[in-house]
Amino acid sequence: MKVEMKQKIHKFIQNGMYILLDINSGAVHVVDKMIFDIMDYFDGENDGEVLAELAGKYAEADLQEALEELHYLMKIQQLYAPDLDVPPTFKQKGLVKSLCLMIAQDCNLRCKYCFGDGGSYGQERAIMSPETGRKAVDFLIEASGPRKHCEMDFFGGEPLMNMKTVKAVTEYVRQREKETGKKFKLTLTTNGILLNDENIKWLNDNEFSLVLSLDGRKEVHDAMRPCVGGQGSYDKAVANFHKCLDSRKGGDYDYRGVYTYLRGTYTKNNMDFTKDVLSMNDEGFDILSMEPVVLKDSPLGFTDEDLPRISEEYDKLVEAYLERWRKGKGFFFFHFNMDLSNGPCVAKRLSGCGAGHEYFAVAENGDLYPCHQFVGREKYRLGSLDEGVTDQHWPQYFRESHVLNKEKCRDCWARFFCSGGCHANADLFHGDIRQPYETGCEIQKKRLECAIAVQAIMKLEKNK
Amino acid sequence: MKHIQTVNQPTLQLTRNSGGCGECQASCQSACKTSCTVGNQVCESKK
Repeated sequence: MKVEMKQKIHKFIQNGMYILLDINSGAVHVVDKMIFDIMDYFDGENDGEVLAELAGKYAEADLQEALEELHYLMKIQQLYAPDLDVPPTFKQKGLVKSLCLMIAQDCNLRCKYCFGDGGSYGQERAIMSPETGRKAVDFLIEASGPRKHCEMDFFGGEPLMNMKTVKAVTEYVRQREKETGKKFKLTLTTNGILLNDENIKWLNDNEFSLVLSLDGRKEVHDAMRPCVGGQGSYDKAVANFHKCLDSRKGGDYDYRGVYTYLRGTYTKNNMDFTKDVLSMNDEGFDILSMEPVVLKDSPLGFTDEDLPRISEEYDKLVEAYLERWRKGKGFFFFHFNMDLSNGPCVAKRLSGCGAGHEYFAVAENGDLYPCHQFVGREKYRLGSLDEGVTDQHWPQYFRESHVLNKEKCRDCWARFFCSGGCHANADLFHGDIRQPYETGCEIQKKRLECAIAVQAIMKLEKNK
Repeated sequence: MKHIQTVNQPTLQLTRNSGGCGECQASCQSACKTSCTVGNQVCESKK
């Protein structure tokens, strides 16, 4: 089989199911074992070779029938679909549409895996002033040009430690929306400690999407996410999350509009993280996300040696996820969610996360960075709210650092799903945003295989 | 088909020339935030 054809498909077994993905069309085919074997040889025009290779294993008539089906898929461009190049719809320059505000570079927790050094990002602990926040709103309105939808994420540290600025910025956003016709989506990420009744009401009234941090089981969460004084934060966080979610029931809250979901991080200390996902669900939360920690040279971080164990755990999670779904007690797990028919366009898949060209972070002092994880990495400072974008190199470099320009991504089967991974992680491990963090890639690929399989299984079982 | 079940109606090839409106949500992949890969997103115009 020709190498260039091999790079157009990905076949894998998940939950005992044989799956064939056509990379350039996005078609997902559930196949039998014979087709799975045929795809070791079939390149679209070598039927004779396939028949010769598999003659001892399958009857010729069956192989002929299978080959006919594969030729039909090729005809309708769902097998060996043409390679995707940079389309004309992928504009040369990015349009900044999303800002992350470091509302408080300070935190009331001391999470063991925090990349932001307890919220400070290696700098003095400080909070953003209302004036800086308002300048960020003006910056985004100007930078987003004709685009109607803008996004603003209130982040930290812990943003609820600086409600004064959160409120001032929000008020200004609403004023500027009326003046400009723009529509802002507002999101806030919180550890929940300060999520009291007053804050919950205010966040609901102002239609904030919320990302709530919880790591699963109480013992796991408390070990990783202690308060400044060292005591666990689980009980307080969970009590507040319940209050918050209860207050949002019956409103217009779903994950695509104004959403509320819980997210966790797993580390080397809880590679049995299925238990943590299920623990959150048992606690009554049903929109969930759980991510691997990314740390270099840390006992909590992962290496390639951990991959078999992590892979095995994702298999378990798939089983548990489907078991609850089949019983009518399913939950929403962000990373298994995938619309295989209506996913993003090619241009979006090349834009990826948008860091550095569609998405900037604003440090508490108004400095601009490609994203929140780059805050404090001075090499990547792009400018400031007062000066504007003064760096001419990085925005264009980030724009062009898409999967078709990265050597390790170009031939990877997952390129149009992950869009090249996280630039900040690539920089952390290799000092180069074009060299992906390989361990993270392997975890991502396993998770994508699980997601594709979950969607396929659910579709086929629903059809029955 | 007897040996193959296609589970989706893929549209990726169709979006080579029709997409790019940019109205969709940013899709940060970092673990600490929205942790969203583009693969987990739906096209804003098809919702």
